[in-house]
Amino acid sequence: MDLSPSFLTSTLPASGQPAIEFSNVRLGFEEGEILRGITFSAQERETVILLGETGTGKTLLLKLAAGLLRPDSGSIRILDKDISSTSERELLEMRRQIGFVFQEGALFDSLTVGENVAYRLHEDAVNEEEIEPRVREVLRFVELEHTSDMLPSELSGGMRRRVSIARALITRPPIVLYDSPTAGLDPITSQTIISLILRLRDTYGVTALLATHRLQDGFGMANFRFDPQTKKVLRDSTSVVSSAAPTRFLVLHEGKIYFEGTPEELMHSQDPYLKRFLI
Amino acid sequence: MADTPLQAAPQQARAPEAPSVPQVLEDLAKSSILKVQDYSRLSFRALTNLATGPRYVQDTLQQMDDIGVGSLPIVLLSGFFIGAVMVLQTGSQFERFGQASLTGDIVSLALVRELGPTITGLLVAGRCSSGIASELGSMLVTEQVDAMRAMGTDPSRKLVTPRVLATLLTLPLLTTISVFIGLIGGMVASVFSLRINATTFWERAIKILQFSDIMQGFSKTVVFAFILATVGCYQGLNVKGGTQGVGRATTQAVVVSSVLIIVADTFLTRLTLWLADKFF
Repeated sequence: MDLSPSFLTSTLPASGQPAIEFSNVRLGFEEGEILRGITFSAQERETVILLGETGTGKTLLLKLAAGLLRPDSGSIRILDKDISSTSERELLEMRRQIGFVFQEGALFDSLTVGENVAYRLHEDAVNEEEIEPRVREVLRFVELEHTSDMLPSELSGGMRRRVSIARALITRPPIVLYDSPTAGLDPITSQTIISLILRLRDTYGVTALLATHRLQDGFGMANFRFDPQTKKVLRDSTSVVSSAAPTRFLVLHEGKIYFEGTPEELMHSQDPYLKRFLI
Repeated sequence: MADTPLQAAPQQARAPEAPSVPQVLEDLAKSSILKVQDYSRLSFRALTNLATGPRYVQDTLQQMDDIGVGSLPIVLLSGFFIGAVMVLQTGSQFERFGQASLTGDIVSLALVRELGPTITGLLVAGRCSSGIASELGSMLVTEQVDAMRAMGTDPSRKLVTPRVLATLLTLPLLTTISVFIGLIGGMVASVFSLRINATTFWERAIKILQFSDIMQGFSKTVVFAFILATVGCYQGLNVKGGTQGVGRATTQAVVVSSVLIIVADTFLTRLTLWLADKFF
């Protein structure tokens, strides 16, 4: 797949500008305010792990970043564009630069795996001759080339997540949002998914927000790297990758950012609430 | 506060005050107005989407197949027997006055002006409005609609407009077929029950019809098609509460579209009779 760094940098903002920026974002529903003044940013090629218990607003935060929800107040800038007051028509265009991996995959159940992955290309009226090899390539990337003609209902939960990642990748987005990609999966399948996200990060340098309630997902992203030469996932002992593709944790609690820092800072925190995640 | 879930917590918190009757009525009125507003916006967008691209021709054809061809068996069957039962009911009355040959006239007028559009509208509402609501509702609760939006597709263009357009194009055709089959049913019943000559029945049934009768029936089918498709889409895209909500939306779609079709029928009949009187 031609996801060359030159392509990615052409769509990313000028160096130094955050790819994703939330400023004092608030969002509430009938049952009360869920997000209460969220402020953070993700730099280009950075992975931000959104950690929190169920119901703390991680998914809402991702949907806000994709423009699927609008904040009650505050501003959200994606790729240097303010999306909090943009019209839906402009948002549809902007979303083409974002890949979204939904918690349960959210695959179109009446389409085959191949059609699901090719969905965006069909929407963009790309030639059929071009679609077929691109679909095969992304499916090969997630190691599911053989499932192209299968329906989503014929796949396991882990396979569906991988197809969802392939679908998010097909248009080569510079930003990918992962909504609990390992939720409800067994440890081995979870590891496969995290390895895939690592490969995506270290091969193509995407900026990512990853919502999870599993600390090991975050540490997996921080402590391992994918070596494109040997095509293996290795423990990151050199810190080379850490500086090139840094990983940062945001812990959400009661609608606010409770903690923001590096994996080491989280690991050595003495805060009783954070310690509950470390057990 | 209890230390464990098994311990009873002291009853310090007061029970929340029950809302007053005016408050309940006010909330009900507000939510009803909000629903009408949302429904109107969705319906308006379904139509305005036709003016600009992208257009989903393939999806529209597929929906025409689902809604039009799929509804054909029930429309044919019910149309035939409604025509037949109309003859049995009216023929016996006309026979008392020795005017059995008038049966063709009355059955034809009733089918073209009223029964054809209304019964077909209600049947297709039962089959398709519910189908649309459950399909879109299931897509909503499994985040497929969000996935569509996340990939830069406008769900109102991709999901709503093709369904509305397909229903607008197929319901008049289904009604025409239903009326024709109804007349055949009426003819069969009149031949075997009233001993009326088939040619006589058919001639009278066709001769009595005027342009205004056909326009009356046609205009109704267009409005009924719009109602049943938009109500199905609205209910489906506003599902709350998971799979249980999908079931509720499906039922609501049939109930609301059927009631709206009957209510609209009353006003349309009055309007078209007035128009026929003025212009035709």
